Amino acid sequence: MQTLTGLAWLLGLQAAGELLARALRLPFPGPVVGMLLLLVALNAGVVRAAVAACADFLLAHLSLLFVPVAVGVMSYLPLLGVFGGRLALVLVLSTWIGLAVTALLVRHLMGKDDAELR
Amino acid sequence: MPNFVELWVYLSATPLFGLTATLLVYLVALQAYLRLGRAPWANPVLWSVLVLAAGLTLGGVAYPTYFAGAQFIHFLLGPAVVALAWPLWQRRALVRKRWWKLLVAALVGGLAASGSAVALAWALGIPRDILLSLVPKSATAPVAMGIAEKIGGVPALAAVFAILTGLVGAMSAKYLYAVLRVDTTTLGWEARGFALGTASHGIGAARALQVNADAGAYAGIALSAQVILQSLLIPLLF
Repeated sequence: MQTLTGLAWLLGLQAAGELLARALRLPFPGPVVGMLLLLVALNAGVVRAAVAACADFLLAHLSLLFVPVAVGVMSYLPLLGVFGGRLALVLVLSTWIGLAVTALLVRHLMGKDDAELR
Repeated sequence: MPNFVELWVYLSATPLFGLTATLLVYLVALQAYLRLGRAPWANPVLWSVLVLAAGLTLGGVAYPTYFAGAQFIHFLLGPAVVALAWPLWQRRALVRKRWWKLLVAALVGGLAASGSAVALAWALGIPRDILLSLVPKSATAPVAMGIAEKIGGVPALAAVFAILTGLVGAMSAKYLYAVLRVDTTTLGWEARGFALGTASHGIGAARALQVNADAGAYAGIALSAQVILQSLLIPLLF
């Protein structure tokens, strides 16, 4: 019952997010607006109790949700054609650069965070 | 004796097929991943996709037929993104105190990922429309498609780049962090997760959620921050 109520909250807020994003012509997608709405709604105990179970279930299996679209991606791989090798190099290196810069920067900034607490 | 070819043709055309196949293949891939101690190379998304794509090709099932069933799983991505507010809410006090640091990290990290991709692609002589499709690759696939369309890239390619970027991050982050000596204290996990969400969006965040709760929560924050920042800034810059 709680999980089902939680799903209703998630879908309802996603719908509200889609409507808001369209009405206000926001440049970002409905689910992200829905997430911001849920962040506020979670301050209510009723919402929290319902959403917790459903959110934990969905997020525990988040990687499953990417499978259908990723299968479709495979059919586009020939489109990369002659640039395949170079694109692979670009994707791998730029992802590593992104990961390294972000991880080291966050670690550095938060390290200071700890010092401030002491 | 029933005609199995006829039976197969019938089954492969119903939505039930795509849905059941996706769930079963993923469950087997997940089981293997857990048995292998969550080794990054055993990533359940990668192996499910390889098995399903091979199966569809061998069975002669067209992707739209498969997706007619698999869309029910795909649809849950929306509510899952909304659900990312939950781990964030649970850590709201700490996040509120660190918000500017996280914002700086999301901006610099996102810029490093997109900027290095553009610079490398340019240096390697990759044509302009493909290069522009690389820009939003750290945003999650559907968002990347929308941004690519706005700046003159190819939406389908942007989705391919986003998915591959997610997989590269999810499968290599552990080793990269070991080389960079990012520690495994709570702060270290938060940095690891935040970087995965920044550079490798939902697929990276899914990996972070599987490995550590703190990493997962910060990956969720980073993922949402990246979607908002990229949607706002990329169309302005290109």
